[in-house]
Amino acid sequence: MTVTLPDTPVTTEVVAAHGIRPDEYERIVELLEREPNFTELGVFSLMWSEHCGYKYSRAWLSEFPSGGPQVVQGPGENAGAVDVGEGLAVVFKMESHNHPSAIEPYQGAATGVGGILRDVFTMGARPIAMLDSLRFGSLDDPHVRYLFRHVVRGVGDYGNCVGVPTVGGEVVFDDAYEGNPLVNAMCVGLLRHEDLMRGTAAGPGNAVYVLGASTGRDGIHGASKLASTELSGDSAESRPTVQIGDPFTEKLLLEATLELIASAAAIGVQDMGAAGLTSSSSEMAARAGTGIEIDVGLVPRREPGMTPYEVLLSESQERMLVVARPDQEEALLAIADKWDLPCTRVGSVTSDHLWRIVEDGEEVCRIPVAALVEEVPRYVREVSEPPYLADVQAREPGPQTVASVDPMGALEALLSASTIASKRWVWEQYDHHVQTNTILGPGRAHAALLRIPGTRRGLAITTDGNGRYAYCDPRRGGSLAVVEAARNLACVGALPLGVTDCLNFGNPEKDAVYYQFVEAVRGIAEACRAFEAPVVSGNVSFYNESPAAAIYPTPTIGMVGLLEDLEDRPRGGGAAGDSVVLLGSDGTHLGAGSFLAEVLQVVAGRPPAVDLAAERRHADLVRMLVREGRAALAHDIGDGGLAVAAAELCFALPAELGIEVELPREDGCHGAMFGEDGARYLLLVPAGELAGLHDVLTASGAPWRVAGRVTDRGLVSFAGIGERSRAELQGRWETVIEERMETMEEER
Amino acid sequence: MSGAPIGIVRFPGTNCDQDVFDAVAATDGARAVWLWHKETDLAGVRGIVLAGGFSYGDYLRAGAIARFSPIMERVIRFAEAGGPVLGICNGFQILTEAGLLPGALMRNARLSFVCREQWLRIDSDDTAFTRHFQRGQLVRFPVAHGEGNYVADEETLDRLEGEGRVVFRYVDETGAATAVANPNGSARNIAGIAGERRNVVGLMPHPDRAMSLLVGSDDGRGVFRGLAEAAA
Repeated sequence: MTVTLPDTPVTTEVVAAHGIRPDEYERIVELLEREPNFTELGVFSLMWSEHCGYKYSRAWLSEFPSGGPQVVQGPGENAGAVDVGEGLAVVFKMESHNHPSAIEPYQGAATGVGGILRDVFTMGARPIAMLDSLRFGSLDDPHVRYLFRHVVRGVGDYGNCVGVPTVGGEVVFDDAYEGNPLVNAMCVGLLRHEDLMRGTAAGPGNAVYVLGASTGRDGIHGASKLASTELSGDSAESRPTVQIGDPFTEKLLLEATLELIASAAAIGVQDMGAAGLTSSSSEMAARAGTGIEIDVGLVPRREPGMTPYEVLLSESQERMLVVARPDQEEALLAIADKWDLPCTRVGSVTSDHLWRIVEDGEEVCRIPVAALVEEVPRYVREVSEPPYLADVQAREPGPQTVASVDPMGALEALLSASTIASKRWVWEQYDHHVQTNTILGPGRAHAALLRIPGTRRGLAITTDGNGRYAYCDPRRGGSLAVVEAARNLACVGALPLGVTDCLNFGNPEKDAVYYQFVEAVRGIAEACRAFEAPVVSGNVSFYNESPAAAIYPTPTIGMVGLLEDLEDRPRGGGAAGDSVVLLGSDGTHLGAGSFLAEVLQVVAGRPPAVDLAAERRHADLVRMLVREGRAALAHDIGDGGLAVAAAELCFALPAELGIEVELPREDGCHGAMFGEDGARYLLLVPAGELAGLHDVLTASGAPWRVAGRVTDRGLVSFAGIGERSRAELQGRWETVIEERMETMEEER
Repeated sequence: MSGAPIGIVRFPGTNCDQDVFDAVAATDGARAVWLWHKETDLAGVRGIVLAGGFSYGDYLRAGAIARFSPIMERVIRFAEAGGPVLGICNGFQILTEAGLLPGALMRNARLSFVCREQWLRIDSDDTAFTRHFQRGQLVRFPVAHGEGNYVADEETLDRLEGEGRVVFRYVDETGAATAVANPNGSARNIAGIAGERRNVVGLMPHPDRAMSLLVGSDDGRGVFRGLAEAAA
């Protein structure tokens, strides 16, 4: 086992083993005005890691819009918050747990959920929803099935036990993620504005407590080693750096934390997440402009013989750092006792701007707070477009290859592709009803719709991202992730309020990856501006590479939106004779899309160009039509184009009904059926609403046409092209993942 | 605040406590009262609900530890004296562990947690909680559990059937108790049962999640209405 004794000499090898560059080490010496000791070196390696310090990304993240009248808390806190009216705000954030999940999928996913829950309830918000955005390799691979099964179980077991419904998310399967799956979890919480708690260590002299679980050796170097380097064949040896989750303790911690915030017993609260005690204590002091002194000898431990280094760097789960209000320490301890949680005084807030660690009276670390938090190196460099992009974009199959594909066969293939198929096998393992606010849960729409407790208001939430798009054009890919999220909100009648993002990329020290990152950030920023949806929280996950290759650059967007009155939610229903209206132009664009990837098995071309003004106009229009009941259902046209959207719209209708779609022409139908051009929706329009809708859409100037109708024949048909039994298509779409997971042997 | 006081027991790890509290509070003639697991006094409540969740983390066996908490001694005496007690999901598991209901709840046959909308058939209207339903009536409550597979020996099952103590059964939308409609492998599609005196009922599905058409079903209202009347 690694030596972590405080008197270990700091040699060049030790510095390199901590992932600290020589120039960074020189800067540390300059800031300390001396050489760091071994423990201090470990602390710098954590706080200056990409995972904690964002040294490659922070300069670019400032391009995101982060303000707006609705913003209650912007970036920089444990999570962001936006106003939802009636004195309430929602607190939300998305975070990755990719590498832990690659190595130990059950615990990796479970502790990912645990961490993001704590980021939200540490701010005083009761978590009301979880969503998960997952990426895996192909289900043909037995190890991928093992990862998928255990990630889903880990997510479910943790959220189910804590009692927070998992109401949505997405799962994408692509070879690009084979060695490095992505597990991004988003949590949304609710609070009254006045209950917002920040992670600050204010008031010199105030006592600092550790609330919750004791500290063990698990997770040491999780942030610096596991999260900030590429995966390799030896990564399985890192299994001890994956933390173990205890959702039962989390539930107690949740209740105790909310109770102590409500009772005003605390001045500041912060989750001891990545980099544990080190990051929580230094960040809280930095936010308050104070110092902090911790006696690691007082921190309750799981095992004897732990060194200060280990206590400081442990990532044991379900722990909170609490700064008590001076006359409220008794109240704090009483609440901890009620919930049977240990709560131990470990130090105090100081005024000397130092992060001081002592053990049994002896000083172990003495570092200016600013050196750990604000002096993190920032790396910005100019890189040019990597050569692969031109290759990929030029490689698109010719029209003859496309025209030779049987369109109805292609539709069947798309609907049974794991990425497009129903994720029922996944979400039936998640409790999506608990707390009884779920109006539209998983499988009902592309965004979840929740009742905001105690009001008539609805909160819509979605996660979206398309790594293939971002690989083929990072800037468009970044924009399209935001645009897709906004379309999904529009379809349930909601107006976007704010965004959280999880930026999953390869190794940023490589020029191609760095280019992808910078361009994707620009694309996201542009789209967020167009939708007036500020980015209030987020997370960057670099080094997502396996020995084979880097993952697709995968920016994932979590978006929340408001529906002021739940009475205006999509009416649903559907009857023979209803019209199916296409809002937007007919499709032509197949580049980088699902048709090429899933049917022709090629990743090529560019994703569709993004017209942000049209996206905004059409989203606004759809939201209005849904709210007014002119559109009983709305379905955006995305993966797999009009044909997949029409089939999925049909699957939402009463069982005996079918759908008939007319294409602009019968020859060269592939673009119209499978094109993924932007700003397009299918609307289900009740018979009595068509005339009114006609006037509204014509006045809007947006391109539109009546593209088909609901029939009482249970068929999905494309006039002049072909038809299929709805029951058969739907049955396959609903069960394809289940069949693969339940009939194939599991292997590691 | 008026109405019969109904106690909702909170164990560490109970997570449907607020849902049940809201369901009781929304019921005419009932008043919701919290009962903390460490308490040894029932505070004069006239009905009790054990809510769903993962009491004590379900770490030994679902409901196995909760059964030994201070409050449970009182709940058992209350039930034995004829007071109405309803156990939902984890609450049902606790009632079987406490010996107030026969049988046990094992891991779901497919070994994974299952959350879905579920059709149920009311097979006994002879309990406080089902008096507002007709025998044979179909209702829809969500299920959400990992250990809901009801087992008991054949003799016990026959007796439950014979005495009309199978209260809720998993069925399809036509009312047929098929294997496909059974979410967890429960013996004879049993979703909920009553004790000998019919004042104690446990079920895996969640009537507390079926209180409004906005969330998909309001069939659960009758269960709480019955509870309020029994407690009056």
